[in-house]
Amino acid sequence: MEIATRKEGGAMVVSVTGRIDAVTAPEFEKGLSALIAGGDMVLLLNLNDLEYISSAGLRSILSTAKQLKANGGKLLFCGLKGPVKDVFKISGFGSIFKIFETEEEALRQG
Amino acid sequence: MKQFPEEIRAPARLDNLYPLLGFVTSCAKRHGAGQERVHEIELVVEELLVNIFNYAYPDSMGNVAIVCRPDDPGRILIEIADDGIPFNILTRDEPDLDSGIEERSVGGLGIFFVRQLVQEIRYRREGGRNILTLTVDLAPQSS
Repeated sequence: MEIATRKEGGAMVVSVTGRIDAVTAPEFEKGLSALIAGGDMVLLLNLNDLEYISSAGLRSILSTAKQLKANGGKLLFCGLKGPVKDVFKISGFGSIFKIFETEEEALRQG
Repeated sequence: MKQFPEEIRAPARLDNLYPLLGFVTSCAKRHGAGQERVHEIELVVEELLVNIFNYAYPDSMGNVAIVCRPDDPGRILIEIADDGIPFNILTRDEPDLDSGIEERSVGGLGIFFVRQLVQEIRYRREGGRNILTLTVDLAPQSS
């Protein structure tokens, strides 16, 4: 798993490549926590290059979302496809989070 | 014709997750599952294995064994066994899929995925082992 970050207006765009599973989820969560600790309040997760996510990854996302919400921030998503999109759908995550097709859309409307 | 291993056995630890998953995904591919279905099967097996890593051996180290073999046409059987404490993951509560971010917990979501994505799952305790048997269609389940 690799995380790339880029500041875009008031949001931090976080692009995740590879897998978020039981092995990589702790590192993923730590990366996001560091951004929040550094003052980023709006995180846009671009999951276009994410190949796989399991419940360990969803747990990390949920804990990040709770942390952001407690600080008045928010977590947005874009670029979901294939197995990642299916996992969001099955878990109900698709309906509790703001999910956009593209980065542009998320940054405009999120 | 090349003979592939039908069984893999490894210490029940997170650092063995990838070789164990690799065994199952190559078995599923070999029997004809497409990429989408291979991902679903991988997800199911990860959820079950992580549960075993976390709970089967609270005071000791032990192994997990996986057998993968063809069943009826278009189906495979995956059997996951450990010698740990008796634990039936099928008795876990269903997760609450409707609550919002604050109330939402992810407990039970792994087993929920398993139930959604395989045709049948059975648990038995036999000879000091926990044995989960999955009946898995090779066609994708999610639309």
